[in-house]
Amino acid sequence: MPYEAWDESRATAIVEGYRRERGGLMPALHGLMEHFGYVDEGAVPILALAFNLSRAEVHGTITFYRDFRREPPARHTVRVCRAEACQAVGAEDLADHACRSLALDFGETSEDGEVALEQVFCLGNCALSPAVMVDDRLYGKVDADRFDRLMVSTVGEGRP
Amino acid sequence: MSAITVYVPGDAAALSVGADEVADAIIAEAKRRGDEVRIVRNGTRGMLWLEPLVEVATEKGRLGYGAVAPEDVPALFEAGFLAGGDHPSALGPVDAIPYLARQTRLTFGRCGVIDPFDLDDYAAHGGLAGLDKALAMEPRAIVDEVAESGLRGRGGAGFPTGRKWLTVLEAEADEKFICCNADEGDSGTFADRILMEGDPFVLIEGMIIAGLAVGAEHGLIYIRSEYPHAVRAMQRAIRVGYERSLLGTSVRGSDKRFDLAVRVGGGAYICGEETSMLESLEGKRGVIRAKPPLPALKGLFGKPTVVNNLLSFASVPVILAEGGDFYRDFGLGRSRGTQAFQLAGNIARGGLVEMAFGVTLRELIEDFGGGTRSGRPVRAVQAGGPLGAYLPESQFDLPMDYEAFAAAGAMVGHGGIVVFDDSVDMAKQARFAMEFCAEESCGKCTPCRIGAVRGVEVIDRIIAGEERAKNLVVLDDLCELMIDGSLCAMGGLTPMPVRSAVRHFPEDFDRPAAAQAAE
Repeated sequence: MPYEAWDESRATAIVEGYRRERGGLMPALHGLMEHFGYVDEGAVPILALAFNLSRAEVHGTITFYRDFRREPPARHTVRVCRAEACQAVGAEDLADHACRSLALDFGETSEDGEVALEQVFCLGNCALSPAVMVDDRLYGKVDADRFDRLMVSTVGEGRP
Repeated sequence: MSAITVYVPGDAAALSVGADEVADAIIAEAKRRGDEVRIVRNGTRGMLWLEPLVEVATEKGRLGYGAVAPEDVPALFEAGFLAGGDHPSALGPVDAIPYLARQTRLTFGRCGVIDPFDLDDYAAHGGLAGLDKALAMEPRAIVDEVAESGLRGRGGAGFPTGRKWLTVLEAEADEKFICCNADEGDSGTFADRILMEGDPFVLIEGMIIAGLAVGAEHGLIYIRSEYPHAVRAMQRAIRVGYERSLLGTSVRGSDKRFDLAVRVGGGAYICGEETSMLESLEGKRGVIRAKPPLPALKGLFGKPTVVNNLLSFASVPVILAEGGDFYRDFGLGRSRGTQAFQLAGNIARGGLVEMAFGVTLRELIEDFGGGTRSGRPVRAVQAGGPLGAYLPESQFDLPMDYEAFAAAGAMVGHGGIVVFDDSVDMAKQARFAMEFCAEESCGKCTPCRIGAVRGVEVIDRIIAGEERAKNLVVLDDLCELMIDGSLCAMGGLTPMPVRSAVRHFPEDFDRPAAAQAAE
């Protein structure tokens, strides 16, 4: 997913689109995420002004939610479910395999910025566990082999 | 020759095992052969182990093939599947598959049957009948009908929906809100997602009826961000709703107004708690609110608000269409109607099973689910999500009923049932419950925020065999404190999986001390 580089006037225009929405801060943050892939520190005063909030309140909301990244994202995000239904069919083995094969811990991004590995608790695919999401796409019944093939087809060649 | 209709689910679970690739392969193969097909991307029927489940509309009804892989497609054409030809993946008439035929589909009746975004298809299958009745009724009469049905909150708490709506109806305010909780974060649950992707209009219809009942003109659906596919489905259905005057200034041509929008969460489990969800909808940190005041009186932006689970709203259209007494005739005791049970985890036939209350865990796990996927014996099931109890085989004859489960120290919750085979380590599962609570606590109540961290440490010591007896007492005491000292279910119910694991599987907590083991 190609994202635009951070741009203050572009951000202001995006936020403006949500200003009239009551409680529009969350949608505005998602709007910024969609365009830039993250919420730049420079967005805080823009959001505070638009929604008549203190910068502390905006900061509080941004940091409460896991989704609102504060740094540019990797090109691909691989999310491995570690919740109970997936645990019941080997999610922990899959999680170990993912960490080993990508040489990343959960929460880390590869040095070249290509891939980030994240843990997630439930993707709603609990009858076809273990589940993995690559960017916005969901995959079911993922074992180590399928994970490796998935990485080749999504994250790309030259990776496990 | 007219085009033959082929159904290939567009549900996220079906896509997760290759439904798009199967649809593409069917289109390509049909083109190569010069066959005319019309592909409908339906929702899932809920028989998820059969996904991708391809259906062909024939003279003999809708015939199923599953699970289909893209590479099976040429052979399916060769076998004449467009005319219902035989093939190793042939399942016969889909409606006759026992898993489906045995169910009581009141809420999910159209799911997987219709084109999810075709309002005419929806209406042709009984949709909008409830709304049209409600439009001709007084608000109080709508509330009474819902109360009569005995419907209780399907999110897990089981509060009578009619009573909640009455409170909002009687509240005086310049504006009121209808908020749908679709923050389906419990592992082992996916019914909300399936319905949003397979029959989104039933939710829209239910929420409009709620608006008519209490005098609210604004609705919001709060969907978790882990469900991007459901978010898109719901937004698309809402667009159709506006185009067709189901939503907007003149609902179905009446003088009633109802506006509806989707809001996306931020990846916080706690926002499935209703007051935390309201905070999030207001653009704030998802920190829970103390109750009272009840959201019914002071909810979104301080206004009277109906907050219901998605499945509660989705149950309303059939209640209005068929009458409260029709719905009430299903179920037992004070648990009326049906519940969408979700079979998940280590299960051979995982999926969605809508049954009247009273069905037993054993029927669900064995008759529907077919036991474990691994083929090993079932050792434990977790019912009701991450905050629900772990139950051993000896409890499998419990009827699914709010009160029977509560009496057994368990809960029905949102209907999720996660199955584990005999390789499960219950001490590890108890530890995970505390770890999850520590990770997801909003931080407001100390017993939850800090207690969960201490809980992980205590269980670690028990697992290591350090002063086991003493530490089990500490753990029990900690659980008591979390129950008594937490405002919401996160801290208040985390002890349920922990204590049930200790009670039913004590052997997993009885480990030799590390030092002894080394000797």
